[in-house]
This record gives sequence, C-alpha cells and structure tokens, in this order.
Amino acid sequence: MSYHSIVMVKQVPDTANISGQVMKPDGTVNRSKLPTIFNPEDKVALELALQFRDRFGGTVRVMTMGPLKASDLLRECLYMGADEAFLISDRKFAGADTLATSYVLAQALRQLGNYDIIFAGRQAIDGDTAQVGPQTAEKLSLPQITYTEAILNAEGSTITVKRKVDNGFEVLEGTLPLLLTVVKDAATPRPFRAKRVMAYKNAHTLLELEKMTEGNSLLYMDQLKEEYVSKGLFIPTLTADDLDVDLNRCGLGGSPTKVHKIESVVLGGSAHETIPPTKDGMYALIDKLMEDHIFG
Amino acid sequence: MANYFTDNTDLLFHFDRLHLEEVVDIAEHGYTEASRYNFAPTDYQDALDNYRKVLEIVGDITANNVAPQAAAVDEEGSHFADGKVTYAKGIQAALEDLTKAELMGFTLPRRYGGLNIPTTIYTMAIEMVARAEASLMNLFGLQDIAETINKYGDEAQRQEFLPQFASGAATGAMVLTEPDAGSDLQAVNMLAYQDEDGQWRLKGVKRFITNGNAQILLVLARSEPGTKDGRGLSLFACYGKDNVVVRRIENKLGIHGSPTCELQFNDTPAQLIGKRKFGLIKYVMDMMNGARLGVAAQGLGISQAAYEEALRYARAREQFGKSIYAIPVVANLLMEMRVTLESDRSLLYAACHWVDLRNKLEEKIDVLKAEGKDATVENAKLKEATRVAALLTPMAKYVLSENANKITYDALQIHGGTGYMKEFNVERLTRDARITNIYEGTSQLQIVAATGGVIGDILGEHFTTLEQKENSGNLARLADELKEMRVLFLDALKFVADKTDKQFQSIAAKELVEIYSYLYTGWLLMDEAAQDSRKVFIARRYIIGAAAKTRRNYEVIKKDLFADLLHADDILI
Repeated sequence: MSYHSIVMVKQVPDTANISGQVMKPDGTVNRSKLPTIFNPEDKVALELALQFRDRFGGTVRVMTMGPLKASDLLRECLYMGADEAFLISDRKFAGADTLATSYVLAQALRQLGNYDIIFAGRQAIDGDTAQVGPQTAEKLSLPQITYTEAILNAEGSTITVKRKVDNGFEVLEGTLPLLLTVVKDAATPRPFRAKRVMAYKNAHTLLELEKMTEGNSLLYMDQLKEEYVSKGLFIPTLTADDLDVDLNRCGLGGSPTKVHKIESVVLGGSAHETIPPTKDGMYALIDKLMEDHIFG
Repeated sequence: MANYFTDNTDLLFHFDRLHLEEVVDIAEHGYTEASRYNFAPTDYQDALDNYRKVLEIVGDITANNVAPQAAAVDEEGSHFADGKVTYAKGIQAALEDLTKAELMGFTLPRRYGGLNIPTTIYTMAIEMVARAEASLMNLFGLQDIAETINKYGDEAQRQEFLPQFASGAATGAMVLTEPDAGSDLQAVNMLAYQDEDGQWRLKGVKRFITNGNAQILLVLARSEPGTKDGRGLSLFACYGKDNVVVRRIENKLGIHGSPTCELQFNDTPAQLIGKRKFGLIKYVMDMMNGARLGVAAQGLGISQAAYEEALRYARAREQFGKSIYAIPVVANLLMEMRVTLESDRSLLYAACHWVDLRNKLEEKIDVLKAEGKDATVENAKLKEATRVAALLTPMAKYVLSENANKITYDALQIHGGTGYMKEFNVERLTRDARITNIYEGTSQLQIVAATGGVIGDILGEHFTTLEQKENSGNLARLADELKEMRVLFLDALKFVADKTDKQFQSIAAKELVEIYSYLYTGWLLMDEAAQDSRKVFIARRYIIGAAAKTRRNYEVIKKDLFADLLHADDILI
C-alpha cells in the first residue's frame, strides 16, 4: 500500500550565523539582511517523509506559508526529492501567530486534500513554540503524534511510531490520516540531488513570476505562467482568494498573541547561588523560584 | 552552513574565469540534449550555472558531512576479515552521501546516468573532496575508470558497466601494479588467456591496488604469450565477485580510508576492452593521465586544508605576548604557503582546460568523421591540445604533489610541537600528502613524461606572444623577470641538448621542467593579476621567487653539478 504525505516546512532566520548588518541602529531586525535556512526539524520531517515514500511508495508534497523569499525553500524541497511544492502566501496572512498560522495551514490542507500523513518539524528555531503542528491537527480534527523519532511500520490505515519522551521512548499506534511532528534525531536529511537541482533550479512560484513581469512590458503573466506550467517548473501559490478562509482569523488581526518586549537575557556566571542540600535549603529554593514566578 | 566551494574565494575566482565555451558546446552537442533531459543546459550560461550548483552540493557534503569524520576515518582505517574488505564508517557514509547526491557519474554521458560535466569541474570537486578527507578522493576520484570504458569499450560494455558506476551501485579499481611491475608497467605478468569457449580469463597476482575490493575491476594483463614488453598487454574489465580473492590489505602511512589490496585472480572471467595489445600503450596511459590530474587535485585539496589549519593556529596561538601570526617569520611562511597554493591552483585548472579541450575535440572529430564531414580545423586544434595536455598533466602532477608535501611540512612547522601530536589535523595531512608524489607515477616519472614537451619548447610561441604584451608598473617589472627567465631557459636547454649525453639529459630534465613550469605558471599569474589587483601580490612573490629558482637551476646545469655521477660508486659508500 502506498501513502500520500504532505510536509509542512518553514524558512527561518539562520540564528547561528547572524552578521553585524542584521541589527538596525534602532535595535530592530533588518529582515532583508537576515540569512535564512530550512528550519532544521522541518528538513528532518521532509527526510522522514521521503524515507517513508522510499519504503512504502506514494507521494510527498510540501507546503510552506511565507513571503516571496520562501520560494527558495520550496526549491530545496524539490532538490531533495519532493514531488510537488505549494507556497501559501498573501499579505493578509502576514504577522500571524501560531493560532492564525495553523488556521491558514489547516485550510490549505483541506483544500489540497488526499493525504494520509501530515509531517511537521517539532518546532521552528525562530519561535520555539512547537504549537503550529499540534494546532493544525486540532483544527483538522486529526489524531497527532508529537516528538516522532521513527516510523516503525505502516499497515493499511495503521501506523506504528516511536515517540521520544523524557528519559526514553514510547511506541504508539495511530490511525491514518494523522499528523506527526518530528524531532531532530529522527533522520539525517539527504543531500540535494544533482540532477534535480539542475532540473528544478528554474522552478518558480507565482509570486516570483509576478516579480519577473514587473517593469517588463514584454512579459505577460498568463503566458509566462503557462510556459512554466508546461515545462513542469511552476510552483503553485495559494492566496487568500484561493482558500476558504475567514480573514478575521488570518494574519496580525487573527493573532491574539502580542509580543510585549524582546529582551536579551544574559545568564552571567556570577548569578549562581549555593543552596545547602538540606530540607531547609530545598524550601528556600522553592520560595525563591516562586518569588521569581518560575514556579506558579 | 559551511561550504567548501563557496568559502574558497580562490576556487571561486578560477570558476568565474573559466572559458569552457567550446568544450561545453561539443559536450552538449550544441545544447540539443535539453530536449531529452530536463537537467541538461540550454546554453553556456545555463551550463555554468548548473556546474556552480553541483559544486555547491559537493561543497556542502564535503564541509559538513565528510570533513568532520576525517580524523575518525584516519584512526579507524579500512578493515579486512574473512577475505572481505570494509570501509571505515566515515568513508561508507560519505560514499552514500555522494551517491544520493548523484555525483558518482560526474563526467559520464547522460544516457548512462551521468551528469556530462567537464573534467575541469570534476577536478574542482576532487579538490574539495581531498580537502575534506584525502583518502575519500581515492574512491570518488576513480571515475576515470568508468571514463576509460566509456571511451574504449564497446556499446554493450558501456551499457553494462556505466550505469552501475553512475548510480553508485559499483565502485571501480585500476588493477595495474604487480610485485615486479610498479613504475615499470611494461613488465606486467598477469596472464590473460582464452578458454576453449573463447572466454577471456585472468590468472595471477596484483599488488597495491587502491580500492581493490571494488565491484568492477579494470585489469592490465598479458594477452600475447611470449611477449615481454608493453605491446603484449591488453586491458580487461571483470567483476570482483568472480574468482578474485583479496589476500590482504596494506598497513599504510596515510590515506587510511582507502583500502590498498593484494588481489589474486583465479581464472577470472573477463571482457577485453578495446583492441588487443593496446592495453598499456593507449588505454592505461590515457586512464593514468586522467588519474594524474586527480592526484594533482588531491595534493591541492590537502594543501588547502593544511594552509587553513596553519593560518587558524597561527592566529590563535600566543607566544611572547602576542599571536604568532604577528611574528614576521611566521607570517612570511604563511604567505609562501598561500602563494604556492594559489599558483598551484592556476596551473591545475589551466591543465584541466587543455585536457577538456583535447577530450572534446576527439569526440567532435569522431562525430565529424562518422558524418563524412571535413575535420581539418579540428584536427589542427586537437594536435595542439594533445601536445599541451600531455605536457601540463605530468607537470601539474609533479608540481602540485611536491608542493603538497612542502605545504603540509610548513603547516606542521607553524604548529610547533603541537603539530607533531595526533590531536591536531596537520600531522594527518602531512602523512596523507606523502603518497601524492609517489602513486600514479612518481615525481621522477612525471618529469620523464613532461620532458618531451619541454625539450621541444612547445609553449615557445605562447611565451613569445605573452612577452609582446604591454604591461605597466609592477607587472612590467615582473614581465621583465619572466623574459629573463626564458632567456636562461633557452640557454640551459641548448647546453643540455648540445651535450648529447643521455644520462646528463635525464638528470637535467628536472631542472628544465621546473623552469618551464615557472614560466608557464608565472604568465598565468600575470594574466590573473591584470584582472584582480590582489593577485598582483601573488604574482609578485611567485615570479621573483621563481626567477631566483630559475637562476639556481640554470647554474646547476651550466656548472655541471651532475658531472660527479661518473664517480657514483666512489661517493656512495
């Protein structure tokens, strides 16, 4: 039996390689100077999906919600072996928190349909929330298995998954369709395949084609799109118009999360305190942690 | 993310200077392949863009997957048990990555699963692989074996073997050396005979076979009974699983990740490649020339790694209250290394260009002949390309492998006592470099191979043209140095020729080949310096140093340093 998967991927700032130009004088982030990468756990999720396809057959589609630049990420997915890629992009989706993001993603998944497994990374390195995968599953009323370390087997509509827990693992069975979030150790992403890189380096999203037509009166959007579709180099883009979405639930407006303040916290070496290993010491520690609102 | 292609500004500099228009046009049959393969380029720019992207993949794998395993591979080495060879874990993983990335059929035609990419680009990939882990090059860099079958095998053989290489299902080995036939391959003794069914079979022992455990073996064997020299040898392809026994693997100084095997052939069934009697004199010579470029690139990759280790260490290490990088003698040593590294790269990729041109012109002429068309122009071009490639290939192998030893030696010196310890990479690089000027023909044999072109002064016209070019400022002074070097070269050459003493000529050949390499490389750097102002520094140090070495070589010849060879028995007590 073969299975159809969709992997949800995200382009994130490369937090390990931030250069001086990234920070503007006023302390805000200059997004255009920020190097971006494939969110590491999403890349692992794609690898796991591809391995699953290698083993059982089927298809792997990928989708991401993001700006024009996220087209790069989708090409990378094609380079690794994804069958099809979709960009979900609209200015109306911008500024979304996890609630609004998972709403749009869920609506996009409804539209794409025909899936057995939805893969997602456990979390993205920019927000570290680990909420989007689970929220998406909830919105689609799908079962979910988080912290997937390995897919042990699939038979009919039952999948057996090894899931990471503190100090060990547990093995779960789930009924398809379901959503998996994947941890970093689950797989090592394969390298780009040379032939696919050469074949798909010119694959473009609708947004990119629109950009090509800007300021070039000789290019007509419809013709251009047709040309790319005929060559198999068109990456479909889903906008707010293409999806059945309530705009009040999208983007900044649909996001109840408000960032209060961003602070760079430096945990200095001088901040440590010695607690005597006694009962009184433990009580004092608990009091201190409650005082600092670490314990509620 | 680290990347051995995009982080290497000098390699990028050379990539950006490539002029492979003619080569790629022939290779792509006028860009008609694009209609059949979605990954074939539609024009030259598209092809270059493809090459860049493929090299970026190699750069990614080598920097992030291969290099971090290099120390472990060296420590673990290859294993041999129950007649079976297994690679070090890091080597196995690297081969899997390179296979998944579809990089094992780099130069092969697309119809056999290859990428149809020129040798120049493949050599750049080899350089990166060797920089990450020298012994992996011995596996990745064996694609000349497939290329030899492609070039000289028949269509059935191409269809049988090439897809196995390109898909990574098989690796290959060049099975040439025997206990009594090392540098002197004419002495090869392995028996090739036809049984009653006409099936070719191989019988005998081969030694020092890199990756001898490979699935597909290309074997040089004596097919003509009663013969004693190279004209009795033919080339065969066979499978390692068919009655080939690995007797042992060697315990080596370096390149621990590549198994070096002793093989015993017990009436192994084999296929004749090409024509009988052409095995050594044509096919193996051709294959080895390809491999020589590969080894030159291996030397360069090791040099790059060693230079970086030295630079990093010098900047970090503090003595006498400051970083040793700030000590002039250390900085000077580093600059010497850097200039050697960059001049080596110039020589290598110039050699590659001529090799590509020769290979592709041969292909084009074959096509023209088959179509009954005139190939006069192409034949003239081919003649030149063949001569220049035949000179530059051994020259590059000689210069780059010797310099790899020099650069690793100096890199270890910069580390001081620390460099002698296993904890640092530089001692491994020093060991790995040591083989590069020995295998695929020792340095001494590269000199022999290059001598013909040097004595014939085949680049004479090229140099004359360059000497007539206008230069200004620093470059004018450097051009004067090069002109003076050429005067000394021609004088020394005449002196050697006039002597008509074969022994003297064979010894003085080294001095002459070296001067010729200085001249050729010096002019390459002049050209680069005219384009990029930083390269003026490289050209300046290289050419002034080369001029001094030229004067030394000149004097050695003119003052008859080697005259005492007549008294060798009195001196060598």
